Amino acid sequence: MSDNDTQHLIQVNDLKKYYNGGDIKALDGVTLNIDKGEVVVIIGPSGSGKSTLLRSLNLLERPTSGSIFFEGVDITSPKTNINKLRMKMGMVFQHFNLFPHMTILQNMVIAPKKLLGMNAEEAEKKARELLGKVALSDRADAYPNQLSGGQKQRIAIVRALCMSPDVLLFDEPTSALDPEMVGEVLDVMKDLAREGMTMAVVTHEMGFAREVASRVIFMDAGKIVVEDTPENIFGNPENERLRTFLAKVL
Amino acid sequence: MYLLLLLPDWLQKWLDDIGEQFILNFVKDDRYMYIVKGLGTTLEVTFFAVLLGIALGVICAIIRSTYDKCITDMRRGVGKVVLSFTNALINLYLTVIRGTPVVVQLMIAYFVIFSSSKNKVLVAILAFGINSGAYVAEIIRSGIMSIDNGQFEAGRSLGFNYVQTMAYIVIPQAFKNVLPALANEFIVLLKETSVSGYIGLEDMTKGGDIIRSRTYSAFMPLLAVAAIYLIIVIFFSKLVSLLERRLRNSER
Repeated sequence: MSDNDTQHLIQVNDLKKYYNGGDIKALDGVTLNIDKGEVVVIIGPSGSGKSTLLRSLNLLERPTSGSIFFEGVDITSPKTNINKLRMKMGMVFQHFNLFPHMTILQNMVIAPKKLLGMNAEEAEKKARELLGKVALSDRADAYPNQLSGGQKQRIAIVRALCMSPDVLLFDEPTSALDPEMVGEVLDVMKDLAREGMTMAVVTHEMGFAREVASRVIFMDAGKIVVEDTPENIFGNPENERLRTFLAKVL
Repeated sequence: MYLLLLLPDWLQKWLDDIGEQFILNFVKDDRYMYIVKGLGTTLEVTFFAVLLGIALGVICAIIRSTYDKCITDMRRGVGKVVLSFTNALINLYLTVIRGTPVVVQLMIAYFVIFSSSKNKVLVAILAFGINSGAYVAEIIRSGIMSIDNGQFEAGRSLGFNYVQTMAYIVIPQAFKNVLPALANEFIVLLKETSVSGYIGLEDMTKGGDIIRSRTYSAFMPLLAVAAIYLIIVIFFSKLVSLLERRLRNSER
């Protein structure tokens, strides 16, 4: 890949994920590019394969066939050290998945310390800085179970940021939250988008998609059905399935 | 004194003899040393068997749960074959050890496998440790399986490899969940060592039994032995509940 202008940050080619020997096609030939600085929002009905697609991007889900290039490296190749690449791909889960046996600060510094070889001082300084950004500096020594859902998700985001990733993957980050806490998490994500963080977001928050996305992808039955700007997707959707979907969720 | 009059004859007589009995069973010929030395042996065997049991148990549990978690996703190759083979081997170990009485295992160890060895303590440690390992393996495995897969995914998504994720994230939480079951296993192990007499190892139970055979009075030596076991178990249980509370405090 000598031509850097045409190299995408993430490049997905004809990705397929079958279960039960092909009876269930979670992903049925998905091709997709994500460039640096983009915010790609993936929407679609449940079971459409959007979470499977996102989880394939850092190989939490191993695809049946197809390839995924991240920064020019084929991550599906057996020779690739996936752990090294995952350090550059942060992930935020629906259920937060904070480590309950560690304090907030320990949650944030463990990966940089053990994986990037940062010393404790350096890692903590960075963690506290990030905590400040999400207005949770006072909870550094609390345990995850002492936090509200919205606070937990903000911590999960900054925990991923502690590794200074090149891309952040969000798997329905607000779906498990009480309605009044959705806003605080979306605000953090909007700030990140504004700062130029590359993000791939699976969500049901159409308001977020409309406001923040540089591109919206509508998936159904394991395929990308529509890929367009938020204006076109939400303004005048031509596709019938997209129209039905939007009529249900908006 | 009025109450004593109501007691049956044998009990009254025994009460009159109590001092004499005590001297006969424990003081005379320094017979208490059978119990003291036996206690030392019991604790020594238990302690090292526990260590061996934990080591074996953790290794087996990790291999078994790795097999359960990963085998379907693994590519064909040497790794898959090795993992399947080790898993089958461990299953065999668990089935045999949990399906036969520990006394029989102990005797097989001493009279068959290590028949050339004179070191009864070492044989007992190996037999009880290998036995305990099988139970510990299943306890730890249930702990690992009880941890939400999201914890595992979160660890992997940060860039930790399988072993690191297990070590830093899954095992510490699993250990906390199974602490009561583990403590129970060690209490059982302590008491199980009382069959060491079958290979002529003079543990505490055997010590009490030797006194009985010398003095022809069973009551005092055997009750003393029982009381000591009980005290150790109560002390250990207290210690574990303290540890449990400390571990829980950190969460809420």
